Amino acid sequence: MLMPKNKEFVKFEKVDKSYDGKILVVKDLNLDISEGEFITMLGPSGSGKTTCLMMLAGFETPTNGEIYLDKNPISNIPPHKRGIGMVFQNYALFPHMTVYENLAFPLRVRKMKKDEADKKIDKALSMVSLSGFENRMPGQLSGGQQQRVAVARALVFDPSVVLMDEPLGALDKNLRESMQYEIKHIHESIGVTVVYVTHDQGEALTMSNRIAVFNDGKVQQLSSPDQLYERPVNSFVAEFIGENNTFAGEISDISSDKCKVKVNGGEIIANPISVKSKGEKTTVSIRPERALINPKGGMDNNHKGKIEEVIYHGDHTRVRLSLLGNSDFILKVPNSSENLDIKLGNTINIGWNSQDARALDPK
Amino acid sequence: MSSETQKILTTDGIPLEESLKKAEKKNKIKAFLLVCPLLLFLIITYVFPIGDMLFRSVDDRMVTNMLPKTYQAMEKWDGKELPEEEVFAAFYQDYKLLVEEKTFGKLATQLNYEKNGFKSILKKLQRKMKKFEKGNYKEQIMNVHKRWANVEYWRAIKRRAPAISYSKYLKGMDLIEDESGSITQVPEDRRVHRVLWLRTLEVAFFVTLFCFLMAYPIAHLLATLPMKYSNLLMICVLLPFWTSLLVRTASWMILLQQQGVVNDFFVWIGLVADDNRPEMMYNKTGTYVAMTQILLPFMVLPLYSVMKTISPSLMRAGKSLGGTPFVAFWKVYFPLTIPGIGAGCLLVFILAIGYYITPALVGGASGTLISNQIAFHMKSTLDWSFASAMGLMLLAGVLAIYWVYNKLVGVDNIKLG
Repeated sequence: MLMPKNKEFVKFEKVDKSYDGKILVVKDLNLDISEGEFITMLGPSGSGKTTCLMMLAGFETPTNGEIYLDKNPISNIPPHKRGIGMVFQNYALFPHMTVYENLAFPLRVRKMKKDEADKKIDKALSMVSLSGFENRMPGQLSGGQQQRVAVARALVFDPSVVLMDEPLGALDKNLRESMQYEIKHIHESIGVTVVYVTHDQGEALTMSNRIAVFNDGKVQQLSSPDQLYERPVNSFVAEFIGENNTFAGEISDISSDKCKVKVNGGEIIANPISVKSKGEKTTVSIRPERALINPKGGMDNNHKGKIEEVIYHGDHTRVRLSLLGNSDFILKVPNSSENLDIKLGNTINIGWNSQDARALDPK
Repeated sequence: MSSETQKILTTDGIPLEESLKKAEKKNKIKAFLLVCPLLLFLIITYVFPIGDMLFRSVDDRMVTNMLPKTYQAMEKWDGKELPEEEVFAAFYQDYKLLVEEKTFGKLATQLNYEKNGFKSILKKLQRKMKKFEKGNYKEQIMNVHKRWANVEYWRAIKRRAPAISYSKYLKGMDLIEDESGSITQVPEDRRVHRVLWLRTLEVAFFVTLFCFLMAYPIAHLLATLPMKYSNLLMICVLLPFWTSLLVRTASWMILLQQQGVVNDFFVWIGLVADDNRPEMMYNKTGTYVAMTQILLPFMVLPLYSVMKTISPSLMRAGKSLGGTPFVAFWKVYFPLTIPGIGAGCLLVFILAIGYYITPALVGGASGTLISNQIAFHMKSTLDWSFASAMGLMLLAGVLAIYWVYNKLVGVDNIKLG
């Protein structure tokens, strides 16, 4: 992978966006995207992520603030002069043109010579492994193939930035997964800057260098996939990314790296993230895989839980426990011979490290 | 693989094809019964009248049936000199019978279509015939009027002998089969139909063009505006549809007449002088204006239905790939609307080519179309066979346009909704 050259290749500076003058769909957005990066805007629908993408593409204008592309403000540049490639949600292939003509469109409007254009088209098609499909119409292609043509078309004119607006939303699960890898590999091989929008967290975690989690018009957290999953900074991110067990409570004691949280049925030792002082309300978040059954020792949280439900998932079993007054405590247990004593109604010992129990803002 | 060795059998050993047919028979009968009323309706109201029209336009047995003996006698006549006594005698007998039955008027009308001047000499013959003596009818008839001694009139009778005649079609194109049997143009002062055909085509073409130019932006707006505005606009487009055609045409008459609203406005803004108001009605201008307005919805609706299906992201894709808004429109949006353009143009053109009320009311002498001529023959001259012939020519023209359109664009590309 190419090393990022320019840390502020795309820069959102204090960007606000409102459609009706009453509600801000994007609030005070500040975001730097470095060159060659694969950044994903992740968030529930209505969180403003697509609006951001459309502002970058030029189909929406910021109500306030400025967007810079390679240090140049672009708010007053029309979309066709920005040189940004875009892959649309429903592919947006031109249905009356062949695959070749679709790919030739951006080159022809740039007045490129035919032999040069042909070379580029060949290269782009082989990149998405669709060589030989030049004369097909988009309607004759499967969803996955159309998707690849759309990707090839967005890349064929060598744009500096490619935007992708939920490009895999219409594909079935298996195809979606293989396309995720394919897009990731294309990104790695040509080093283009990609801004990707999705509401699928799995997709975001698989593909991105960094993820910006959007909610309510704001970036909640911007960090690498592992940081995001392991160290969410607030309870929205913790809830939105992956599975999460939560306890609402109150800080009863706090030191620099540990705190005691009084919850319904007892006390949890947790890692204070966004709490400062005694008496604060908090939500403690624990990933299901971080809580263990019958811990061998060394865990500073040990509690007893009653098994309420056991769901078989093939490679692992999900166990729902009632623990410290929370009857929705989920455990993921790998299917190995050790864990055969999991039976409905049994009471078992559960333990976790205080590092993994993150005391976040109250919901 | 030969089909015989590959014949698939069901588990009961019946050939699959047969079994399928049996299973689907009931459904087919049901479907047919459901369609039956419509089929009958179409046959009775569409196929039958058109068949009747076709028949009427070429049927020429009326004269043949009225003068059976004459035509029998005429078989030997070569048509060069005046016919023999035999023919005159036969004609006398036939005509006498018609006079007795009091149906000789029809013969006069029919023969007058063929050659002017028949009506008066037949009437005169009917009066003088009472005093005719037996024998030498040739002499007696020729004495009634000098035209009876003119061989042309007898040739005219002979020309009506065949049971089927295409003379009405020739007449519709300002052609005539002259005495010698060759087809020539009618005298210049009587060439009215060809002008009308050309004018009809011209009006239909320009009305279609104006409708297209006006409907395209409207349809585009309709398809792209938010729902609450587009509904209102749609009602505005459809409102004229819910008003009587006659009322709409009459309101155009109010607007366009020389002392009308539009002219008043032009005078008020100083575009024209008060004593020099342009005539916008009773000529082609009036026909264009009124027909364009009336046929506009037929262009808007197919265009709208096609534009509605074009995803806005296609235009965005065109722009994001570097096309200027115009290039994106011309290379991406416009080609996708062609099915709607085709449907709308075909619809408007075909409706315009047979339009009747509006040209009749606002067209005046220079703005009437072929359909007005057809109506004239239906109502005034009662020459239904000629009206039928022109109607069929119009139908053939429409089918020809449809055929050309199919060759150029392909009918399966049409989208009406």
